[in-house]
Amino acid sequence: MQFFLEVLISGLLSGVMYALVALGFVLIYKASGVFNFAQGAMVYLAALAVVGCMEKGAPLWLAIILAFVIMTLFGIATEKFVLRKLVNQPPITLFMATIGLAFFIEGLAPIVFGSEPRALDLGIVDEPIPAILDAWDMVISKFDLVAAGIAALLVTTLALFFQYTRIGRALRAVADDHQAALSIGIPLQHIWAIVWGIAGFVALVAGLMWGARNGVQFALTFTALKALPVLIIGGFTSVPGAIAGGLIIGASEKLAEIYLPPVMQSMFGGNFGGIEGWFPYVLALFFLLVRPEGLFGEKHIDRV
Amino acid sequence: MLYREAGQFKTSYAADQQLFPIRQDRIGILILLAVVFLVIPGFASDYWFSAILIPFLIFSLAALGLNILTGYAGQLSLGSAAFMAVGAYAAYNFQLRIDGIPILVSFVCAGLTAAGAGILFGLPSLWIKGFYLAVATLAAQFFIVWCLTKFPWLSNYSSSGVISTQPLIFFGHEFTSPQEKYLLVLTIVAVMALAAKNMVRSSTGRAWMAVRDMDVAASVIGIRLMPAKLLAFAVSAFYCGVAGALYAFCYLGSVEPDGFSLDMSFRILFMIIIGGVGSILGSFLGAAFILLLPIFLDIALPWVASLLGLPFSSATVSHIQVLVFGALIMFFLIVEPHGLARLWQITKEKLRLWPFPH
Amino acid sequence: MFKCRMSALTAAVSIALLSQAAIAAEEQFFPILSYRIGPYGANGQSFFGGFVDYLNYVNLKENGINGVKIVWEECETEYNNAKGIECYERLKDKAKVSTGPIHTMSTGVAYALIDKAAEDKIPLAMMGYGRTDAVDGSVFPYAFPLVTTYQMQASAILRFVKEKEKGSLEGKKIVYLYHDSAYGKEPIAALQEEAKINKFELTLIPVAHPGNEQGAQWLKIRQENPDYVVFWGWGVMNQTAIKAAQKIGFSRDKMVGSWWAGSEEDTVPAGDAAKGYMSATWNVAGKDVPLIADIEKVVYGAGQGNLGDTSKIGTILYNRGVSAAVLSIEAIRKAQEKYGKGKAMTGEQVRWGMENLDISDARLKEIGATDLLPEIKTSCDNHEGSGKIKIQQWDGTQWVVVSGWIEGNKGLIHPLFKASAEQYAKEKGMTPRDCAKEM
Repeated sequence: MQFFLEVLISGLLSGVMYALVALGFVLIYKASGVFNFAQGAMVYLAALAVVGCMEKGAPLWLAIILAFVIMTLFGIATEKFVLRKLVNQPPITLFMATIGLAFFIEGLAPIVFGSEPRALDLGIVDEPIPAILDAWDMVISKFDLVAAGIAALLVTTLALFFQYTRIGRALRAVADDHQAALSIGIPLQHIWAIVWGIAGFVALVAGLMWGARNGVQFALTFTALKALPVLIIGGFTSVPGAIAGGLIIGASEKLAEIYLPPVMQSMFGGNFGGIEGWFPYVLALFFLLVRPEGLFGEKHIDRV
Repeated sequence: MLYREAGQFKTSYAADQQLFPIRQDRIGILILLAVVFLVIPGFASDYWFSAILIPFLIFSLAALGLNILTGYAGQLSLGSAAFMAVGAYAAYNFQLRIDGIPILVSFVCAGLTAAGAGILFGLPSLWIKGFYLAVATLAAQFFIVWCLTKFPWLSNYSSSGVISTQPLIFFGHEFTSPQEKYLLVLTIVAVMALAAKNMVRSSTGRAWMAVRDMDVAASVIGIRLMPAKLLAFAVSAFYCGVAGALYAFCYLGSVEPDGFSLDMSFRILFMIIIGGVGSILGSFLGAAFILLLPIFLDIALPWVASLLGLPFSSATVSHIQVLVFGALIMFFLIVEPHGLARLWQITKEKLRLWPFPH
Repeated sequence: MFKCRMSALTAAVSIALLSQAAIAAEEQFFPILSYRIGPYGANGQSFFGGFVDYLNYVNLKENGINGVKIVWEECETEYNNAKGIECYERLKDKAKVSTGPIHTMSTGVAYALIDKAAEDKIPLAMMGYGRTDAVDGSVFPYAFPLVTTYQMQASAILRFVKEKEKGSLEGKKIVYLYHDSAYGKEPIAALQEEAKINKFELTLIPVAHPGNEQGAQWLKIRQENPDYVVFWGWGVMNQTAIKAAQKIGFSRDKMVGSWWAGSEEDTVPAGDAAKGYMSATWNVAGKDVPLIADIEKVVYGAGQGNLGDTSKIGTILYNRGVSAAVLSIEAIRKAQEKYGKGKAMTGEQVRWGMENLDISDARLKEIGATDLLPEIKTSCDNHEGSGKIKIQQWDGTQWVVVSGWIEGNKGLIHPLFKASAEQYAKEKGMTPRDCAKEM
């Protein structure tokens, strides 16, 4: 039981890390209907920008600010040079364009900031908290707790921003209906640029967390694959959905990895570990059986 | 002038229903087939056969499969590579376990096995659509590859999980040279492409297109969605499965499950988007573009770098290749969102009047 | 008259062709299937940087191999099998005239090339990766898993651990944590055999590609509480594992990685967590190897270095690239001794050279590569040639060698290769060579 709890908690905490990446997808999809596959590459770019600036001698806080500026500029440039030209194209074309964008970033980022894997030290050690270890013999990492705190902060900020600021209201209006928003005088393209800027910021936070956890390197782009099932469960358009989806995926994935392979082994023989690659996707499929738009997604209405 | 349909009267139903109703198309296709079957084998080098033409044909076939599903039936899929993997492993196992089975029968069985997998993973399409479906097909991508890694029986208990394909023996003749393999692949691809061309204009194809354009409306006019969608998944997976078998037997010679990665699925998706969604010709054009562009960049960039005297290290040149590849994809999507096939259509319209535009 | 002129013309042309051929013959071509981008790009940059630097070094220092200039052409494979084939086909025509062995540093590409290379008579070197049963040269004449193989490595690592445990592993618990692919699966059979002999408990824990999330696996390890974790990772999986070990408080000096899990690219991104982590290697790191220092002086002094980032010189993978090049050049030297000094060698001739390598410590000293790599002696039925590794430990800033050369249990492992190679020959319907007749 105690081991079960340990797995569950560690799963929930990794789920938060997935949710961080998923948030970036949600923001952009919500505001512009673009399924931005380049989010993983943006995470990579942001983390590389931070370590790149630090290598040039900038302290951590300055590097983060510089990276934020870079990500915002990049987001605005993407909107201006790519997406604006693709307005009114079918979603699949926009989706492909973002895959092209992902290639572009994967080529550009290492040229500017170097390609060798590097460490990113945020000053938080990824070690078990001794007090918890002694009292309950459970491993809870300090780093994971901090990451969870940051994610909570980020989501609250975003929620408040969407709910109470002028820009936030405009964003929601655009998300609901592009044309209606345009007709009441909301500058659509500015709004999109802002959304891409915010998504860049979310990518930066995710990049800092993942980079500190696994090192800054090309594999950060794979974080996108962890975020996709989170999106399905939470719904493409819901910020709280991303968090809920992340927690569900994180916890169930870890529990499955521990408890499922022995069952399969007794059924078929052989070693069946390493199911993390597909399990979240299959789980997400089953969620879709019940709720085709995810837990928090907007109901899809067909009009003939 | 060159491409004028006016004056070509159809006097029988048979003439009206033929695959290429326009005379110029028929002549064009015949010339094309003659060139690829008779002329190219005489001129191309081994490099062209084994590094460009064979993979081009195989990927065209896979792209064709995906195009049937995505372009005609409107179901977005990111799992094409997994269906290719099913085809490759199935063909290997049919050859291995059934004595004396002709290789072509293995290929067909491999396609059917893949079609079965396609139906299974096509089931979610009955209740979800769009990007939700796309992400759901990723489940197929990861699950199938994992299965191939995990059940050693499928790779005949090889310690590494890599399979090495059996020799290609056909009526007692072994296909060894790249030229022979090319002709084998070409024949299969040509037959299947014509079959696809025929299929998409049949009632099945029209049902698919109705489902693509709006499935609710399609069901209102009496198209049964479930068989239509599942059939699209099955046919698409069949094409991908045969492509996978050819990929293993005629191209690489040895494959591992990890080789059929998500990256490959994306590559195939790229092919149909760049080539033209909902176009048989587009699958071929797209495959050619996506395969040749990196090779071209690979050859051209170091040359350009040395010409300009730029102090690029090899790593930088490699990175620039990726960058340019991504940039060109975006550029093409902006310039011609309907793909290369659309360019061909425009050319045909121009040719209709050329050289007397007025 | 006309006829006469014609023959004069053909004579002139043929002389021109001949002389051109003569010029070409004095160049030894190396087809290089390298990768420098993608998830493993950083590893490829170091390895192929070292490889190319040594070729350049031989050209600059000795004016080639006995006067034969080395030329090469690179092609980016992106660690992708299909692109690897394309590259191979592109460089093949040139390689038919003269060729050094092909190094892919990718198991997948190597597998895909085995049959093709044998058909085209181009030797394929797989140093520390690739098809391990190619140790049996009677079935695989053109494939060389030189120096050592995964199975021998696993066995040698266990020998090292056993020595640490004062000569017995009985009743110990060892977890094998591996990348769930061909690479990670190959040593399993060898480990299971060892477990039977040494009576330790072996637990297998696979990690799905790419391995950037290992929370569950390490919690399982925490539950099992093993004495050692033998670790077969690649790319991001390595740093993640080291970090995850720290996260559950598993001591890093109880972790022994394979040689692809033991380079600076793996430990540096893990930061302080990597301190104490051990790994196997068949070549040592550092610039204190005379050859490496000399390469830096000669090649980079002449401004012809291949690396953009010179801090990589002397890293594990850089030195591994140099070692791979050293063996390739030595094979060509050997071939030249038999087939004529100062001539470019064809693939067939180089193959012979690779099969008859005999590099003693004395020879290594001559090159300046003392202790960079183990002694190597190959033959028809042993394409491996050594089977020895060293264990190194990360001290927070660099790799420190903590053992001598350790050999795996050859008597146990080599029969496994033999059986596997025989099965391959049967599947392909080919008859193996008779090694007794080869000399």
